[in-house]
Amino acid sequence: MTMTLRDILNKLLGRQPSSASTARERLQLVLAHDRSDLSPELMEQMRREILEVVAKYVEIDIEAGAVSLETEDRMTALVANLPIRRPLAINSKIEEVSS
Amino acid sequence: MSKNTRIILICSGKGGVGKTTLTANLGIALARQGFRTAVLDADFGLRNLDLLLGLENRIVYTAQEVLEESCRLDQALVKHKQEPNLALLPAGNPRMLEWLKPEDMQRIVSMLIDDFDYVLIDCPAGVEDGFRNAVAASKEAIVVTNPEISAVRDADRVIGLLNTHSVEPIQLVLNRVRPKMIASQEMLSVNDVTDILALPLLGLVLEDEQVIVSTNRGEPLTLSSSKSPAARCYTNIAKRMQGEEIPIIDPSKEGSSIGDKFKRLMQTKIF
Repeated sequence: MTMTLRDILNKLLGRQPSSASTARERLQLVLAHDRSDLSPELMEQMRREILEVVAKYVEIDIEAGAVSLETEDRMTALVANLPIRRPLAINSKIEEVSS
Repeated sequence: MSKNTRIILICSGKGGVGKTTLTANLGIALARQGFRTAVLDADFGLRNLDLLLGLENRIVYTAQEVLEESCRLDQALVKHKQEPNLALLPAGNPRMLEWLKPEDMQRIVSMLIDDFDYVLIDCPAGVEDGFRNAVAASKEAIVVTNPEISAVRDADRVIGLLNTHSVEPIQLVLNRVRPKMIASQEMLSVNDVTDILALPLLGLVLEDEQVIVSTNRGEPLTLSSSKSPAARCYTNIAKRMQGEEIPIIDPSKEGSSIGDKFKRLMQTKIF
């Protein structure tokens, strides 16, 4: 997200951000979804499944994990932010998964 | 068959952003530069290009009769009196939409390319059949948008569809730009829109009351040597279409008063 000097000043003074930066943020979000053609339900399902896979390897906070779409230059990226509590005992996991 | 004819779709997705006004003004400007230019009204549902060009009373036949072969192409083309290099092929009856196919649009355009250097297609709003028909006949595209959230979103959708139809190049025209609002960051800036849509900018058109005046008269601004801001913008866009290098000035970066300088400082992007 880009921020201008005015946005920072507004923030410091506790004022609303300029409407142009609000428009920018809202557009980027809505376009990421438009471009990927994913419904919110599918996004949620994908988020759950990704978290389940990751949870096989590391201990994560399922509720805190965020998966979102971000877009730049007509390229849409899937961005996952998954806070890791601690790694699981990797070796035993590999055996478990392969068996 | 003239292979050099440039067939350009003028589209936007959203209605009311200035497609038809741009088509009329570019048509006249290109004709004035000496190019044989045809403007094709592909908005069969809600045609208006005839009105903006002041040609509504001179229509005898339309694209419909040409397709049905009940008249010749040159009988349907309406030549502009002041600018005889420009001809309009009017849209037919809205009922044409029931049977019109992409191949029909391709047929009309293929009839035009022999006699014209430019074919500008005024696309209907929306992304349905009318849009698909018009895209099928086009080689390149100009996407028109306003610095407004809904117009930019719809433009993005249209760009995606143009990409899947291998239309290229696709260039952007940003219409109804208000420099003062951009300077005070209450309007998306030129850079915001080009960054989001990731298209090369062919030009911008300043908000200008004269556009309404010219529409009232049916005389596009580029027809006279009008010095109005929008007229200059349209003429510059037509020149850039020829590859002339005319810099695009960011209007919100203009001005030398202390206030202007302060506003510029406030636009500095921090991160």
